[in-house]
Amino acid sequence: MTNSVKVTINGIVVEAQPDDTVLLAAQRAGIKIPSLCYLKGVNEPAACRVCVVEAEVNGMPMRNLPAACVLQVQEGMNIRTSTGKVRKAVRKNLELILANHDRDCLTCVRNGNCELNKLCEEFGVDQIPYDGAVRERHIDDSSYSIVRDSGKCILCGRCISTCKNVQGIGVLDYTGRGFNTRVAPAFEYGMRDIDCIYCGQCIVSCPVAALKEKSNIDQVWEAIDDPEKFVVVQTAPAVRAALGEEFGITIGTAVTGKMVAALKQIGFDKVFDTNFSADLTIMEEGTELLQRVTRGGVLPMITSCSPGWIRYCELNYPDFLENLSTCKSPQQMFGAVVKSYYAETFQIDPKKLVSVSIMPCTSKKTEANRPEMEVDGIRDVDFSLTTRELARMIKQAGIDFLSLHDEETDSVMGDYTGAGVIFGATGGVMEAALRTVADILTGEDLRDIEYKECRGLEGIREASVTLPIEGRDTEIKLAIAHGTANAAKLLESIRSGEKNYHFIEIMGCPGGCINGGGQPHISSRKRMELDPKALRSAALYAEDARLPVRKSHQNKEIQKLYSDYLSEPCGHKSHKLLHTHYQERYTYEK
Amino acid sequence: MNQRSCHCDKMKDERYLELKSYLDALTETDGMAMQILQEAQRIFGYLPLDVHKFIADNTRIPISELFGISTFYSQFSTSPKGKHQISVCLGTACYVKGAQKIVDKVADALDIKVGGTTTDGYFTLDAARCIGCCGLSPVMMIDEDVYANLLNVDAIPEILEKYRA
Repeated sequence: MTNSVKVTINGIVVEAQPDDTVLLAAQRAGIKIPSLCYLKGVNEPAACRVCVVEAEVNGMPMRNLPAACVLQVQEGMNIRTSTGKVRKAVRKNLELILANHDRDCLTCVRNGNCELNKLCEEFGVDQIPYDGAVRERHIDDSSYSIVRDSGKCILCGRCISTCKNVQGIGVLDYTGRGFNTRVAPAFEYGMRDIDCIYCGQCIVSCPVAALKEKSNIDQVWEAIDDPEKFVVVQTAPAVRAALGEEFGITIGTAVTGKMVAALKQIGFDKVFDTNFSADLTIMEEGTELLQRVTRGGVLPMITSCSPGWIRYCELNYPDFLENLSTCKSPQQMFGAVVKSYYAETFQIDPKKLVSVSIMPCTSKKTEANRPEMEVDGIRDVDFSLTTRELARMIKQAGIDFLSLHDEETDSVMGDYTGAGVIFGATGGVMEAALRTVADILTGEDLRDIEYKECRGLEGIREASVTLPIEGRDTEIKLAIAHGTANAAKLLESIRSGEKNYHFIEIMGCPGGCINGGGQPHISSRKRMELDPKALRSAALYAEDARLPVRKSHQNKEIQKLYSDYLSEPCGHKSHKLLHTHYQERYTYEK
Repeated sequence: MNQRSCHCDKMKDERYLELKSYLDALTETDGMAMQILQEAQRIFGYLPLDVHKFIADNTRIPISELFGISTFYSQFSTSPKGKHQISVCLGTACYVKGAQKIVDKVADALDIKVGGTTTDGYFTLDAARCIGCCGLSPVMMIDEDVYANLLNVDAIPEILEKYRA
């Protein structure tokens, strides 16, 4: 450990690391300094001036009020975070931000969890003394997934940094200058026509409602209210690991039973589980992998569950399209099966069947709307909602979520295994696939099924397993990447010939689906204290560990689906229902 | 490098070839966006969407970042500039001595607004801050030519006509 530095904050002597900022040193000492544009490790531009403090070094006052988020600690520094001067300055800064902010807070989707609103409350901002000109408001709802509202934007830059630095994409930036500055794609293009992958990481980084998902709640209510319609719902594994947060439950608590109960109360005719189709994905994808390995197919094979990743690949790495598994994602597989197998089994007209999905993801909305995601003119998934939208529906329905008793999913497409559950965390699809592939190849019911090397939050992870393929022990090389910046690094290393693998799992969002762009908002302040990725994925691994069946091919309902309907994985019917294709895509076209 | 599009059609255009050879000679593109845009503006005269796309696809710089820079600095333009650049000084001295009348006269004579370009592509009109020769105020520049003490705005149409030749 390097020599620590002693600083005094509000009269308390704090030991800090030499490269600490005052903001971090204060946080560790339990002293709260408010912040707004600051997003730890991602966006630290000192732009909003909400974290300003009074500072002295060896008795000499520093000029003006420095921003704590970029002020490096020094020996002998004396910081005061809540003097009259500081409070007055911060309040003035908040008033100035509000002067150019659309203040229809009552009808705002972030009403209740707006970081700006919270700060204004804390600083007692009770009036906005400025009523000058306001920016022209632009609302971009051109995409299926993300809505941008410049009237709400406070130009903090958190979305810009997240997209550029975390995801390595950079679809947004400041355009223009001075009063006319806006955060937007280049040349006034809408989100539909640019290289956005709709991961929604910008939404979860936004402190206000300048970025939000394109809501489909109204259409879903309409379908539920229509007595002619049979409305079924599937919920992705990651949803249960985060939904509780919307109702004040500690981050990292799975609320599966309550979630199912709430969906039933909302009025869905059947409540199923995407975990079921995650198990189905493993059957198809595992079989596809074995076929590619034994028949000399294109390797490495890369998973195709994450629509953000798929679009990223189509846009930036079209030379890898042949490497993508042809399997549809679990969301789409579920939709295709519910409107064929389920509809036929229970004699429901698929045209009257409405398939809704609850996803931790905003890109799923765009995926559900891809033209090819249908079978004989019947759409796989009609509406895809985010975890946040489900929480809103639960509130709209007046359901007291916390007092709900656990309920079970409906049968035929509600059963699932631990393998399906861990799909929501980075490395989970890989681990689930290995559990099944290893059993198939060895012909045994293996007991050692926790592939710990697949777990964790390292951006790129490598592993290898030795499996008997066609009678020979063969080393299968694996890699896992999450977040598109890491995906790019991994693909570059393959393209250059430096690395070579058989099977790769890629998820578009850092941490996988549990940290998707459709998940509940966590304030920047909270993110300084905890890592939602680790906590939410721990909830999924815990659920996996307590389930009696933890291998996809042992799912009884999946076995029945194959024996009654599909016959075999990657067979004729599977190809029609469960597999898809990809295409190179261009952006900023005229 | 991302392989978004091949830009094959552009490789027949000498301007794109020149920009490409400039980009290829760079050992590093990080932090070079400003210089690259300046070079592109020199070659093309302005920075349309296609030039932004070409730079973005040949570097690792996102198109939004390039556009952010080209809309921030007044030295860049995303629309074509006229053959001749008219700059009317609106610094304090020129303004006091009636420079606004010059702007109005030019705008009227050419039927354009400040920042605009004539439909025939001959002229672009810009308002300049102090050109640094207040003793000559009010001042108008066309390209490198200085028109000093321009108190008689009626002379302007004739001056402009010279540049159409």
